[in-house]
Amino acid sequence: MLRYISRRLLLTVPLLVGISLVSFLMMHMAPGGPIGAGTDMNPKATAESRARLKAYYGLDQPLHIQYGRWLGRMATLDFGDSFSPDGRPVAEKIKERIPITLTINVLSMGLIFLVAIPVGVYSAVRKGSLFDRISTVAVFTGFAIPTFWLALLMMILFGVTLGWLPISGISSMDHESLGALGKLADRAHHLLLPVLLAGFGGLAGMSRYMRSNMLEVIRQDYVATARAKGLPEGTVVFRHAMRNALLPVITILGLSVPDLLGGSVIFETIFAIPGMGQLFYQGVMSRDYPLIMGILTIGAFLTLLGNLLADVGYALADPRIRQG
Amino acid sequence: MNGPQGIGRDFARRLLRNRLTAAGGAVILFFFLVSALPGLFASHEPNRIDIVNILRPPSAEHPLGTDDLGRDVLARVVHGARVSLKVGFVAVGIATALGLLVGLLSGFYGGWVDAVLMRFVDMMLCFPTFFLILSVIAFLEPSIWNIMAVIGLTGWMGVARLVRAETLSIKERDFVAAARAQGAGDARIIFRHVLPNTLAPILVAATLGVAGAILTESALSFLGIGVQPPTPSWGNILTSGKDNIEYAWWLSLFPGLAILFTVLGYNLLGEGIRDAADPRLKGR
Repeated sequence: MLRYISRRLLLTVPLLVGISLVSFLMMHMAPGGPIGAGTDMNPKATAESRARLKAYYGLDQPLHIQYGRWLGRMATLDFGDSFSPDGRPVAEKIKERIPITLTINVLSMGLIFLVAIPVGVYSAVRKGSLFDRISTVAVFTGFAIPTFWLALLMMILFGVTLGWLPISGISSMDHESLGALGKLADRAHHLLLPVLLAGFGGLAGMSRYMRSNMLEVIRQDYVATARAKGLPEGTVVFRHAMRNALLPVITILGLSVPDLLGGSVIFETIFAIPGMGQLFYQGVMSRDYPLIMGILTIGAFLTLLGNLLADVGYALADPRIRQG
Repeated sequence: MNGPQGIGRDFARRLLRNRLTAAGGAVILFFFLVSALPGLFASHEPNRIDIVNILRPPSAEHPLGTDDLGRDVLARVVHGARVSLKVGFVAVGIATALGLLVGLLSGFYGGWVDAVLMRFVDMMLCFPTFFLILSVIAFLEPSIWNIMAVIGLTGWMGVARLVRAETLSIKERDFVAAARAQGAGDARIIFRHVLPNTLAPILVAATLGVAGAILTESALSFLGIGVQPPTPSWGNILTSGKDNIEYAWWLSLFPGLAILFTVLGYNLLGEGIRDAADPRLKGR
């Protein structure tokens, strides 16, 4: 097992180098270079101050030395200072935004599992039934619905027409005056729609995936054996078939990290949630290059981490993998 | 696994599936027609501002209502169809061409070519696609051409892996050996013998890819970094829907329905092609 993990870890090293190289090159392809946007528009920036900035960022050095420095800075998660008026370190800004984004994504992931796995299993077991056909149509529709559009419709229905749920932010105006329990309820009230919508995108895919896994497993010999032994159908489905059908779901968990991160840009912008996605969007709109590159790199790290955890988790759950 | 009565059920399901494929194709044809002949479907100009009639609900004069500048929403949705189709096809064209090239080279030559190209694919896949697209857009001006290029250039990796896998198996077949024995060069083998045999899965991937590209474009335009107003696109009409969410539900409802049906159409068609090309995959 340890050998498997270390081999797997070794494979991520070239990828890490690649990620750093791409973000380094992108930074240099930015119009005017990494300091261009900060000084081009600024009438106060003299040629001298530009040269000073250049020296500060090491732009007067040969490229390979610059890349070496960039690599060193990335290893310590130092992405430089934001171009925005506050000029704070990018790493600091990202750090305070990550928790809310992760909270929403973890909650929505839980929702996906809770709903998609039973739906997928039941559709597979009752293949061709009314339930299966309805869920198939629902899945296809789900794939085609733009999440941001669904968000708008939900906001109109629950926020504007019915007035049940707040449509922006993560807390009410009087949040500070509430007790601990009240604060929690207020937060939950605000996060309900965002979590539902963040999970929506994954629901269709996951239930479809679970269904096809289950169909694959259920026709294998050992399931027929279990039936032939006279085991009740429930035991066959849940104890024998489902456990194996669940295995590949671990992989999907890891692979869905980039989609969830991308989705967070959209729903955090719509619902005005102060998370990493919204920060990224603001960075893109104001061309805050250090911030953009910082979040892009963190996003790639998280994706890599997701893949790694998925592989290790799979190996833990399935002995065939770690011995093969 | 189906038993005797399962065959009938299977047949019924297949029929349903085929009908769905046909429905998908019909939807796509309809939107092609709409983008080719917008005047047939909307009598108003998409950009004519009418400040007397802003945010009017659907009526006989304006079947889908008007927006915050008094423009006819039906006309804007109809003209937006062309934008969506254009982005979908050009972006997928770029992605497919790149993916084909990388996949064919990688699969056919193997060795270090394969190693280098596939590590590059792995690396590209590490970046969350939407993050990558937004980052590149931040460096460029948002315009319809840049959007198409960026969606295409960030979406080829799946096709490359698919084509590589197909190529690996095709190049070992007897007909390739036969072509080689007749003195065919690498280029001829790749383009005359390997490429045509990878077309079915590519067609499926491309059809599903158009749906994905249309969704991405609408999300980008919705965020204000895609197709720029006054050019109408389904995504940027939805932006004004969000800005007027408390007064004008029709601005939010109809462009979204157009996206939904278009994407559904391409997905259904893609699944249909997959089933027709490879019945073993049916129902997955």
